[in-house]
Amino acid sequence: MQGLDFSIVPEYWPLIGKGLWWTVVISTASAVLSVLAGIGFALLVLYAPPVVRYPVRLFMWLFMGTPLLLQLFLIYFGLVQIGIDIPAIWSGIVALSLHFAVYNADIFRAGIASLDKGQTEAARSLGFGAWRTRIYIVVPQAVRGTVPAVGNMMIALLKESSIVSMIGIAELVHSAQLVISETYRPFEFYLTAAALYYGLNLILEAVLRGIERKVELSR
Amino acid sequence: MNDTRPMIEVRGARKFFGPLEVLKGIDFSVARGQIVAVIGPSGSGKSTLLRSINHLETLDGGEVWLDGVQVNQKLDRRSFERHINGVRQQMGMVFQHFNLFPHLSVAENITIAPIKLKGMAKAEARALALKMLDKVGLADKIDAFPARLSGGQKQRVAIARALAMQPKVMLFDEATSALDPELVDEVNLVMKQLASEHMTMVIVTHEMRFAAEVADRVIFMADGAVVEEGSPAELFRNPKQERTRSFLKKFLNG
Repeated sequence: MQGLDFSIVPEYWPLIGKGLWWTVVISTASAVLSVLAGIGFALLVLYAPPVVRYPVRLFMWLFMGTPLLLQLFLIYFGLVQIGIDIPAIWSGIVALSLHFAVYNADIFRAGIASLDKGQTEAARSLGFGAWRTRIYIVVPQAVRGTVPAVGNMMIALLKESSIVSMIGIAELVHSAQLVISETYRPFEFYLTAAALYYGLNLILEAVLRGIERKVELSR
Repeated sequence: MNDTRPMIEVRGARKFFGPLEVLKGIDFSVARGQIVAVIGPSGSGKSTLLRSINHLETLDGGEVWLDGVQVNQKLDRRSFERHINGVRQQMGMVFQHFNLFPHLSVAENITIAPIKLKGMAKAEARALALKMLDKVGLADKIDAFPARLSGGQKQRVAIARALAMQPKVMLFDEATSALDPELVDEVNLVMKQLASEHMTMVIVTHEMRFAAEVADRVIFMADGAVVEEGSPAELFRNPKQERTRSFLKKFLNG
């Protein structure tokens, strides 16, 4: 039996740190894109003409019904076959963004639907058109109301981002695995990775709390 | 400009909610600078009538005209959208539940329409907001958020927001019905001041005393029809219709 010995960790910090960096980059990019795409999907599902609305709904339904890992493989390994070659990093970001955009879209859609009709009427009565009303009045309020729910999605996204290790991206989990294959110290390095995820989550939660406070409607 | 042309004209307005006919062919007109109060029991169709003036309700029959332009004209969807947005910019509307935009400050609530719809510069719009807030006695609240205001203050900001578009007419949909009794007067005061400035107004209200004080003409509606209309003196002191008498009696005794 081999006891726990964390003194070995600092030596491999450059590799682990690089993995941490990629986890942050991929998660941040995917989070931003998934929120923007989520708002876009929600607006299309609610307001676009049927020729657009139904394909978007079908797409969302398919994405909700399949595992993220499978979506990632389809984008990275599958699309090449029809001539679309997306680099691994981008495949990871696209898969994570779309996967979470679909959930965000559902949250935004509910948020928009729960808004008081009087808000739309007030904007329309001032002379705002349908789309301007959505952009200036409806979406900003819906987004504010859904910060906690979307925030939870972003916490999930941060953790799920480890799945891109499956297509060879050296993010945090994959870096830990690389180190472990050299050192044969799985427990220390997996625990180190776990601690780093936990730290990232604490930061993310603080950021989300800050956003929540900032956009609170009862200022 | 033709000063004899009515500012608002409604002809044969009909509206159904499902099988229920809520407006049974209403005709009325409002002259430039005139103040018309619409009273009647709840469910009489008075709010629906007011909301159909700026097309928040779509009439099933009849016509609405604003200053010589038909509001509910038949156009293809895109042209109508452009048309109605233009028409609505000329009509201020004040709602029972204020409907201020909670994510915007008082200043932004007032300036968003002039900036986004009229292309007004931000500084100019803020000066305008200050002027309008001054009018409703809330200049000191310019940077507050709606959640920090009382109901009466919210409604005064809502009036300022509508006035900032420099509308030809103001429509009030039970503007004081959601207010605590002690907050009603501050809003009524602002409306009276507008009246003294000869703003054309249509006021749907439950407050008979206020209607009597401020209106040039009172319309009594019941069951989707105009039962009686006249000057406040005629209608309140000497109603001709039994229906009007019984409604007023209930109010005066209540």
